[in-house]
Amino acid sequence: MNSFSTISELVSMAKENHSDISEIVLSSEAQRMQKDKEEIFNTMSHRLTVMRNSVEKGRKNYNYSISKMVGTNASSFDSFISKNTYLGGMVEKAICYALSVSEVNACMGLVVACPTAGSCGILPGAVLSVSEEMNLPDEKIVLSMFTAAGIGMVIGNNATLAGAVGGCQAECGSASAMAAAAVLELMGGGPDQVGHAVALALKNCLGLVCDPVAGLVEVPCVKRNAFGAVHALVAAELALAGIESVIPPDEVILASYEIGRLMPKSLKETSEAGLAKTPTGKKIESMMNS
Amino acid sequence: MESVFDIIGPIMIGPSSSHTAGALKLANMARAILGDTPTEVKVNLYGSFAKTYKGHGSDRAIAAGFLGFSTEDERIPEAISIAAKKGVKINFVPSNKPVDHPNTLEFEMVDKSGLKIIVQGISIGGGNVIIKKIDNYEVNLTGNYEALIVGHKDYPGIIAKITQVISSKNINIAYMYVSRLERGKDAMMTIETDDYISTDIYSTLSSLPDLNLVKIIHRL
Repeated sequence: MNSFSTISELVSMAKENHSDISEIVLSSEAQRMQKDKEEIFNTMSHRLTVMRNSVEKGRKNYNYSISKMVGTNASSFDSFISKNTYLGGMVEKAICYALSVSEVNACMGLVVACPTAGSCGILPGAVLSVSEEMNLPDEKIVLSMFTAAGIGMVIGNNATLAGAVGGCQAECGSASAMAAAAVLELMGGGPDQVGHAVALALKNCLGLVCDPVAGLVEVPCVKRNAFGAVHALVAAELALAGIESVIPPDEVILASYEIGRLMPKSLKETSEAGLAKTPTGKKIESMMNS
Repeated sequence: MESVFDIIGPIMIGPSSSHTAGALKLANMARAILGDTPTEVKVNLYGSFAKTYKGHGSDRAIAAGFLGFSTEDERIPEAISIAAKKGVKINFVPSNKPVDHPNTLEFEMVDKSGLKIIVQGISIGGGNVIIKKIDNYEVNLTGNYEALIVGHKDYPGIIAKITQVISSKNINIAYMYVSRLERGKDAMMTIETDDYISTDIYSTLSSLPDLNLVKIIHRL
């Protein structure tokens, strides 16, 4: 039986198989869909191409979204880092790429939801920056996306990936945990470390609310994608250094679900509280409705 | 969450899987139910669609759906003007009428022959949708399967007659929903199947007595 429902199963299957988690997720998908691995790999590879196109489009975009709240952050940041560097290439690219994809989404461009449209910049931001800085071949990037997807499936099946159910921890938190796992595999970490990277990333997003201004996937979503990508890099390097999460990943996932259920409805994508109901948030909302 | 591509995917025009991709799919299915591109549509927007449709580009996505575009089509942002050029008049009407589901859309469509159909549906997240009502009939259509819509008289044995035609073509029924306005009067059945529904099913069913509507809705 080649299936998994928890992170600990995924980790032990990879260890028994002496492989990476990506290999387990890919084989399991092939078996479930009754397709060969090559076809599944190629479908994922196409998604990587779409992600790269979103990055290229976003960093050169000078147009605003319909609400005019976002649209040019990626191009501004891209031109800033072409002349300055403070945080270093890997981190700066992660920020830039995540902003790019997220702004393409906000401006009605083509993206890959991962796991949702609101959090679509985090995984490409993290994996594309790391793979470029480390000169890794596309094959490795595509494989790392299977690792990310496996983590996302476990979170989706044991908790939730919907902001309306679990707040933003379910969207950007999950995306960040998925990206941390992918990056860790790109950096050469083993299955146990992937588990810790997931736990570390998700733990630090627990309780994150979803309170978007005017109900749109823009504020705070776009910039949060940039933070989410960097957050994934931090979790991956901590885990790679051997730093472990005291609470195991599957327990963190269940805790996130519990916290999501306890969170008031007003902070779960309804825009009835938080940033959405600040004086500025309300002003933007009434402008959008006029 | 059955596939890795439910997680890394769908590939879609943003910004929202429920309010952009989902809205497009609902309009696309409504168009298939009408059987043709409508010439005139009144779109009633309820719940969060009424509040956020402009910022989410739901209006453009709905226009794109009526034109038969996919959720990946990069012409979606310009769909309203494309629809206007093709003679599709679309009127968006936000409503604060209370509805059961927070993301509800209703399309009052007219085609070039003057046929009028009202379709109501909900967007349930992640780009998944359900058509809940066709005219006054309750239905249940997801677009994830091949589907048949059959309008028929309500009397004993009619359902068996219809499903027999389907089984004779070796088509497996995945889900089925029957509703009626009144006992012994008009009824409607929606059938979702695993297998492709070809046009010969349409002709066989159309020749049965007591059926007043047969539509095939292909998987999206």
